[in-house]
Amino acid sequence: MNLPLQSVSPERRRKFAGLVVLAIVALAVLALPLPLPSAPPADRHFHLQASSFAYQPAVLHVNRGDRVTIEIEAQDVVHGLYLDGYDLQVTAEPGRTAALSFTADRSGSFRFRCPVTCGPLHPFMIGQLKVGPNTLLWKGLALAALAALAGVWSLRR
Amino acid sequence: MTKLDLLRFPLIKTLLRSRWPQFLVRLLALAGFVLAVLAGLLGTPVGSRSFAIVFVWILCWALLMLAAVPLFGRGWCSVCPIPMPGEWAQQGALLGPLQTMTARWRLGRPWPRRLRGIWMQNAAFVLVALFSARVLTTPLVSALVLGAFLLVALVTSLIFERRAFCRYLCPVGGFIGLYSQLAPLELRVRNTAVCASHREKTCYNGSLEGPYAGYGCPWGAFPGGLVRNTSCGLCMECLRTCPHDNIALNLRLPGADLEQRRGRGLDEAYKGLIMLGSALAYSAVMLGPWGALKAAAFAVGSLPWLGYALGFLTLVLGVLPGLFLLAAAAGQRLAGRPLDRRSLKQAFAQNAVALVPLGLAAWAAFSLAFAASSLTYIPVALSDPFGWGWDLFGGAGVGWTPLMSGAVPPLQVIVLAGGILWAARSAVDVQGGRAALPVIGFCLLAGAGLLWLLVG
Repeated sequence: MNLPLQSVSPERRRKFAGLVVLAIVALAVLALPLPLPSAPPADRHFHLQASSFAYQPAVLHVNRGDRVTIEIEAQDVVHGLYLDGYDLQVTAEPGRTAALSFTADRSGSFRFRCPVTCGPLHPFMIGQLKVGPNTLLWKGLALAALAALAGVWSLRR
Repeated sequence: MTKLDLLRFPLIKTLLRSRWPQFLVRLLALAGFVLAVLAGLLGTPVGSRSFAIVFVWILCWALLMLAAVPLFGRGWCSVCPIPMPGEWAQQGALLGPLQTMTARWRLGRPWPRRLRGIWMQNAAFVLVALFSARVLTTPLVSALVLGAFLLVALVTSLIFERRAFCRYLCPVGGFIGLYSQLAPLELRVRNTAVCASHREKTCYNGSLEGPYAGYGCPWGAFPGGLVRNTSCGLCMECLRTCPHDNIALNLRLPGADLEQRRGRGLDEAYKGLIMLGSALAYSAVMLGPWGALKAAAFAVGSLPWLGYALGFLTLVLGVLPGLFLLAAAAGQRLAGRPLDRRSLKQAFAQNAVALVPLGLAAWAAFSLAFAASSLTYIPVALSDPFGWGWDLFGGAGVGWTPLMSGAVPPLQVIVLAGGILWAARSAVDVQGGRAALPVIGFCLLAGAGLLWLLVG
């Protein structure tokens, strides 16, 4: 009696094996932590000027574990800051400052946005907090390369 | 390849054969559309509080790019309210059967041959995209654009036969058609021989009397000749006019249309590139941290805006097509194929198949971020569509909170990786072997750019 696998040609088996290997590598890329060096935690203080519809500076860099204080100064109307991923929020009245303190315990790139309706481009008033190396981006690029390889491999003649 | 004809199920067939369910959904959509226009004209100028912005550019857009197009293809077009007034004026009826084949209010001219294809839709999309920072955020401008859609559709229906607006002008319909090729749903005929021997071709010409009375295909497509989803609006009129029960609505493997080589032209290739370029540009403008870029895109008519417009046009009409042409030419060279003008043109058009899954993945990834951060505007706008202090459904007080803010970036990575995989498969399928590598490289480059913009 022939087992189902025995009726599959060696080429197809090789192709399937290749795809399984690529899938395992893709899962490993997603799941395994990257062996990247990390600096000792430090206190980091930022002063952000918020005006319609931008933050200055717009991109903040910290290391994982840093104790971060973001002081936001609204320059024209009420603005604020909502930090994606951390789900923290602060608002500031015009001409006044408000502060947000937290420990940057998650690495990656996180958007922060104005949580107060401040004008037409309000939904797009966005800045970025980058905590340590952006492992998701590197993993994403590796996954994209593997996906392209898998696409080529799956149709190999 | 196995397909499942959904019209074998009596309930589905009855629901789709009757004009009433579709009419009611379209009527509801038309009410929403008119309310959006009115809210934009009369209501609050605050975009995130206006029904005009929230209903059309957040709710409908998220539904369209994340569910409707990937799952139902042109199913969206089948319930779109925009052509309704024009259709009524053109046909003298919406629920049929047709009263007369020669309605008085229309000229019924054929669409000019030289304007066929989707070039006009490409131009319309680019035009709207140039002003999008303003259109997507300013209720009044949004209402004027939506009203213009309605007006142009009406005028087009009065001058030209069938749904010329949907087929040749609608900027949304253009990309829905392109991406509908990926949907796991298709309308085809069961037996082409039956269509060939059917002299009256009622599916195309319409029929005045009897149980199969109805309009000829509003999209000007002959169902017996359909091999791709691009030109079928899933309006189901052919199901109602076919006396031979020969129409099938198949569940199929997603993306089956990509295997078809027929009918692929430069207009469709450019559509793919324009959509990919727009996803890159929108991700930078709307989700990036560059305030000056946002301000330039918003300040229509100013010098910074002219710079932005020039940059956008250069990207979608120059840089991306140029790079893609280089990739297609390199593929031709690797395959030992000729590099003359005609061969290159053909390679450019055929290789653009890879842009279809990549483009939809790009828009889905962009829309995920856009929708997740804006969904909580919906209950507010539904309860207080004009921003006049109403609270119709008790949602006016809902505060803004981004949803799934931690989950969106990994989801975007997975969606984009899936798009690149599918694009690579499509490229290999078209070119075969090593010859596909340059186009795959192009897709990887575009995918890497999107990853950097969305999760970088």
